[in-house]
Amino acid sequence: MTDTTLVDTLICAASEAWCDDGEVLATGIGVVPRLAASLARLTCNPDLMMTDSEAWLVAEPVPIGPRGDYRLRRETHMGFARIFDNVWGGKRHAMVGPTQIDRYGQANISMIGADYRKPKAQMLGVRGFPGNSMNHANSFFVPNHGTKVFVEGEVDMVASAGYNPARLARGWRLEDIDIRQIVTNLCVMDFGGPSHQVRLCSLHAGVTVEQVRQATGFPVHVPADVPITAAPTALQLELLARLDPHGLRASVLGA
Amino acid sequence: MNKLMTAGDVVAQLRDGMTIGIGGWGPRRKPMSLVREILRSPLRDLTVVAYGGADVGMLCAAGKVRKLVFAFVSLDFIPLEPYFRAARQAGAIDVMEIDEGMLLLGLKAAAMRVPFIPTRTGLGTDVLTHNPSLRLVDSPYDERQWLAMPALPLDAALLHVDRADVRGVCQVKGPDLYMDDLYARAAAHTYVSCDELVDPAVFERDEEARYVFWERAETTGVVHVPCGAHPTSCAPLYGFDVKHFKEYAASAREPGGWAQYHERYVACGEAEYLQRVGGEAAVKKLPLPVF
Repeated sequence: MTDTTLVDTLICAASEAWCDDGEVLATGIGVVPRLAASLARLTCNPDLMMTDSEAWLVAEPVPIGPRGDYRLRRETHMGFARIFDNVWGGKRHAMVGPTQIDRYGQANISMIGADYRKPKAQMLGVRGFPGNSMNHANSFFVPNHGTKVFVEGEVDMVASAGYNPARLARGWRLEDIDIRQIVTNLCVMDFGGPSHQVRLCSLHAGVTVEQVRQATGFPVHVPADVPITAAPTALQLELLARLDPHGLRASVLGA
Repeated sequence: MNKLMTAGDVVAQLRDGMTIGIGGWGPRRKPMSLVREILRSPLRDLTVVAYGGADVGMLCAAGKVRKLVFAFVSLDFIPLEPYFRAARQAGAIDVMEIDEGMLLLGLKAAAMRVPFIPTRTGLGTDVLTHNPSLRLVDSPYDERQWLAMPALPLDAALLHVDRADVRGVCQVKGPDLYMDDLYARAAAHTYVSCDELVDPAVFERDEEARYVFWERAETTGVVHVPCGAHPTSCAPLYGFDVKHFKEYAASAREPGGWAQYHERYVACGEAEYLQRVGGEAAVKKLPLPVF
């Protein structure tokens, strides 16, 4: 599979994360998640709400990259304060790209290293991850499935909460956490294994179960029958060409 | 009341060890001319509260920061802020790292003059581990524990707006207020730089008053600095200066890079700064970012 067809497959697979969500805000951070959310809005879930990635809720997904004479179809103002109003109400499903993810679905974009006071590599900070994880559905996109991302122990800084009983505050249940899909360059996984174990849902064409096991720092639940990830349909490809007129997705998996 | 002052007057009001909130978000609508004035001053040991960008990076580079209260520090199109990174990786600053929404709630609590606001945000994460001062509380109404986000009262807030008048009526016409209104309300003193100083009658026209988001009683001082947010954006007047940010980020990769940046763009003073970055007309032509 070439990178271009692989990335299209990933976007289409990721778009399915939002199909059954009803009327929620779909947020995709990064090229693949954003195109996936946009595609979901135009195919399986026309009720999704989306923003222009800045300050407006818009009636249709905004193509990525320079817009030419494209005009936003505004629905309402959606500045950052308003985003938090939406987050705290729970009507949102975000797909983000963490630097580290562990067996519990805990994720990290803050820092790498054993010493929090003096990180080996300082990254962004926890951003909105803690709030997202305790308030609404979340999915992950990982362009480079490997043991550096899917770590053996816990992530270095738990920025978003996962299915970890040891970290539950009193009165809270694992069911209060809602982590949906993990779409990687090798496969699609979810947390549908026994006791919220990460489960293999589908393998991209040409990828083996063993490859996924080798590239994941913790045990993955593998059902008896694992299908191949569906290839994009003609309609999906046509919509993607419209949503990504400059072909920015082609370089997402490169380098 | 005439609240007009200079950036120098503002910094003269600040003291070592103060907690200072800085408005804006990442590379957007930061009161950079006020930040540069701090960089030129002997102020030190500051606790900075911000949705951080180069404001935080520069204050870290200059050794002004004792503690940072933050959710992120980023230039967005350059995701990792180089001088903030360097300060963290050297273990040079204390941090209170919290969620973006928790920061909002902390400012809101201070603005409301309550000690905390309960939230589920932060539960189950290392935000609790690394901030032992954050407490969980029992609810009087249910059986769950909630995170009590403490108020984040500020000694001073520094903000930049499009327009203001001498009374301290401030207007933001950009698409996002960020949390500037909460900074103004959370602070004992709020100092606002503005691109345009306007006659109070301006706010009486058409819908102009609808773009005023806090009352003038929240504004302590007004500083008139055209392009005062540069190199950050001040939509709709100008976008952020990609070229300048790249030069700034590149300086962090050179030995002595900060000293050189400081010499060229800070020590020279604001009038010369504006000339060195191309002049007012050029800044006003910087395109607004598209995502």
